[in-house]
Amino acid sequence: MDYFMELFLGGLTRGSIYALIALGYTMVYGIIELINFAHGEIYMIGAFTALITISVLTMLGLNKIAILLIAAVAAIIYSSAYGYTAEKVAYKPLRSAPRLSPLISAIGVSLFLQNYVLLAQTSDFLPFPNLIPQFKFLKAYGGIVQSSEIVIYVTTAIVLVILTFLIKFTKLGKAMRATAQDRDMAMLVGVNVDRVISFTFVVGSATAALGGVLIASHIGQINFYIGFIAGIKAFVAAVLGGIGSMPGAVLGSLVLGWTESFFTGYISSDYEDVFAFLFLVLILIFRPSGILGRTDTDKV
Amino acid sequence: MKKGMRMFLLTAIIGLFAVFTLAGSGLAAGTIKIGVAGPHSGDLASYGLPTVNAAKLVAKDINAKGGVLGKKVELIVEDDVCKPEVATNTATKLVGDHVAAVLGHICSGATKAALGIYKEAHIVVMSPSATNPALTQSGDYPNFFRTIASDDAQAKLEVEFALNKLKVKKIAVLHDKGDYGKGLAEYARSFLKKDKRAQVVLFEGITPGAVDYSAIVQKIKRKGAEAVIFGGYHPEASKIVTQMRKKGMKTYFISDDGVKDDTFIKVAKQFAEGVYATGPKDVSKNPMTVKARAEHKKVYGSDPGAFFENAYAAMLALCNAIQKAGSTKYDAMVKALRTDYVDTPLGKIRFDKRGDATGVGFAIYQVQHGKYVELK
Repeated sequence: MDYFMELFLGGLTRGSIYALIALGYTMVYGIIELINFAHGEIYMIGAFTALITISVLTMLGLNKIAILLIAAVAAIIYSSAYGYTAEKVAYKPLRSAPRLSPLISAIGVSLFLQNYVLLAQTSDFLPFPNLIPQFKFLKAYGGIVQSSEIVIYVTTAIVLVILTFLIKFTKLGKAMRATAQDRDMAMLVGVNVDRVISFTFVVGSATAALGGVLIASHIGQINFYIGFIAGIKAFVAAVLGGIGSMPGAVLGSLVLGWTESFFTGYISSDYEDVFAFLFLVLILIFRPSGILGRTDTDKV
Repeated sequence: MKKGMRMFLLTAIIGLFAVFTLAGSGLAAGTIKIGVAGPHSGDLASYGLPTVNAAKLVAKDINAKGGVLGKKVELIVEDDVCKPEVATNTATKLVGDHVAAVLGHICSGATKAALGIYKEAHIVVMSPSATNPALTQSGDYPNFFRTIASDDAQAKLEVEFALNKLKVKKIAVLHDKGDYGKGLAEYARSFLKKDKRAQVVLFEGITPGAVDYSAIVQKIKRKGAEAVIFGGYHPEASKIVTQMRKKGMKTYFISDDGVKDDTFIKVAKQFAEGVYATGPKDVSKNPMTVKARAEHKKVYGSDPGAFFENAYAAMLALCNAIQKAGSTKYDAMVKALRTDYVDTPLGKIRFDKRGDATGVGFAIYQVQHGKYVELK
C-alpha cells in the first residue's frame, strides 16, 4: 500500500507539471485553434530565467524563499514576454492563412528558441539550486513525499482556482469565451480579439514558466532541451483530456502522470512511453475528442 | 608544413623501395620482420596512422640499441582500410612475407577477419585498439593479444567491485536504452548471472530526458537493491542519484565513464558524494608516456593520435617477447607474452590466458569531497 501511495504521489507530481504546461496548450487551442509547439520552449525559458535571477540574488544574500518568489515572478514576466512576442511575430500575421502555416511557424519558433538558448547559454546541464525549504512536519514521510512535491501540488491547485475564476467570473474571461466560441461574432459585438488572444498567450506562458521553475527546483538541473520532451508530453495530456477544455487538460495530465508512474512501478519502465501512448490511442478510439472534450462538431 | 609533407612522402617512397629491394633480394634473413596492419588511407586512416608512427619510433629506438636478438627490427606496413574483405588479403600478404608478429589490426571487424589466417600460420597478432569482447573471450584465437581493454571491461570492473569490495547481494541494473548504456548493462547482468554471488533484482531501461525518475527510484527501493549499476550518461545519473538521496536511500551507485564527468558532480552537488564510476586509467603522467609523446612531437611535429600509447606498448611487448623467447618461434613467444612483465607507457603489463593485457584500461573512481578520486 505504501508503494502504491508512493507511485500515486510521484505520478501526481509529474501530472501537475504536465498540467501547468498543458493549460497553455489547451487555452491557445481553444481560442485560435493553433497547436503552439513553441510552448515547451517557454517552459524552458522560464526555468533559465529563474536560474539567472537566482544566481544574481544569491550573490546579494537574500532570504531563500524571497529569492524563489522573486525568481518565479521574473520567470513569469520574461516567459510571458516571449509568449506575447512569439504570437505577435509568428502567429498573428498568419491568422487568416491555412491552418498548417501557423503550425509550421510554431515549430520554427520552437527550434529558434531552443537554439537561441543553446547558443546564448550553454549546451551543458546546469545545476538548479533547491530553494524550497524542508518542511518539518514532512520529515517522517521523507521517503514518500518531499516538500518540493507538496509545493508543486499546492501551486498547481492555486493556479487552477485562479484560472477558473478568471475565465468564469471576469469580463476578460467572458471575452475569452466569446472569442473561443466565434471570433468574428465576438469582434462584431465589440470584443478586442487581438487583445484577448495576446492575453491568452501571456497567461499560458505564465503557467508554463511557473511549471519550469517548480520542476527545475524539484529535479535540480536544467538544459536547453528540457522543454521539448515536457512539451510533447503536455501536448499529449491536453489531447487526452480533450484539447480546448481546461479541466480536461488537468485531468489528462494527471491521468498521463499516473499511467507513467504505475506502469513503471508495476510493469516496466522499458515501455513507459509506449504504455502512455497506447493509453492515449485507446482513449481516443472510444472518445475521439478526449476525456472531457466537447463532442459538438467542429465549427469550421 | 608542405615541405614536411613532401619530405614525409619521399621518405615513405624510399622506405617502400627499400622494403621491396630487401624482400626481392632475399636479404631479409638478417632482420626481424614485424607487420603493421590497419587503415592507413581512407576515412578511418586517423585510427591507423598513429600506430604506424608508434611502431616506427619503437623500432628506431630498439635498433639504435642493437636490435632484438642482435638483429634489426624491420617494419612491413600494410593497409587494410578497416575492411574485413581487404584485411584477409593484407594478412595473406604479411604471412607470405614471413613476419614474426603483427601489430594490428585496428578495427575489430578487420581484426576478426584476418585472425584465422594468422592462426593457421602460427603468427602472434597484437592489436592496440580492437575492443570487441569476443576476440579474446571466445577462445578461438590463442594467437591474439591486445593492449586495450575490451568493451565489457567496465562492466566487469563494476561487477567485481560490487561483489568483492562492497559485498552486496542484491543489485539493480539500469540503463538508458542507448547503445552504450544498454550494452554495458547487458554485460554487467551476464557477469552477475555467471557469478551467482549476487542477485539481479531489477533490470530495466529508463527514458532519457524524462521529467523525473521517482517511479523507478521507488522501484529500486521496493526491490531492496543494495547497489545500482547504471549504464548511461550523467544527466540521467544525476537525476536518479539526487532522487534516491532525497528519499533517504543509501543505495550504492556504480556507473561508467559516461558518468565520470565533472558535470555530474557540478549538477548533483552534495548528492554526488560517494558515487562510484569507472573511467580510463590516467597514464599521462607515466614517464614513458611523456617521453614517447615528446619524441613523436619531435619527429612528426604534432601530437600523437588515437591509440598511440596502446600501439607503443604493443610494439614494446612484441619486441620484448621475441627477445625473451630467444627466437621468433610461436610457442616460445606466446609463453613470454603471458609470463613476462614489460614496462610500457600503459604501465607494467603482461597478458592473461585469453590475451587481454592485465592492468590496462579502467579504474574505479569515487566522488570524494567534490572530486573524482581513483581508488587503488
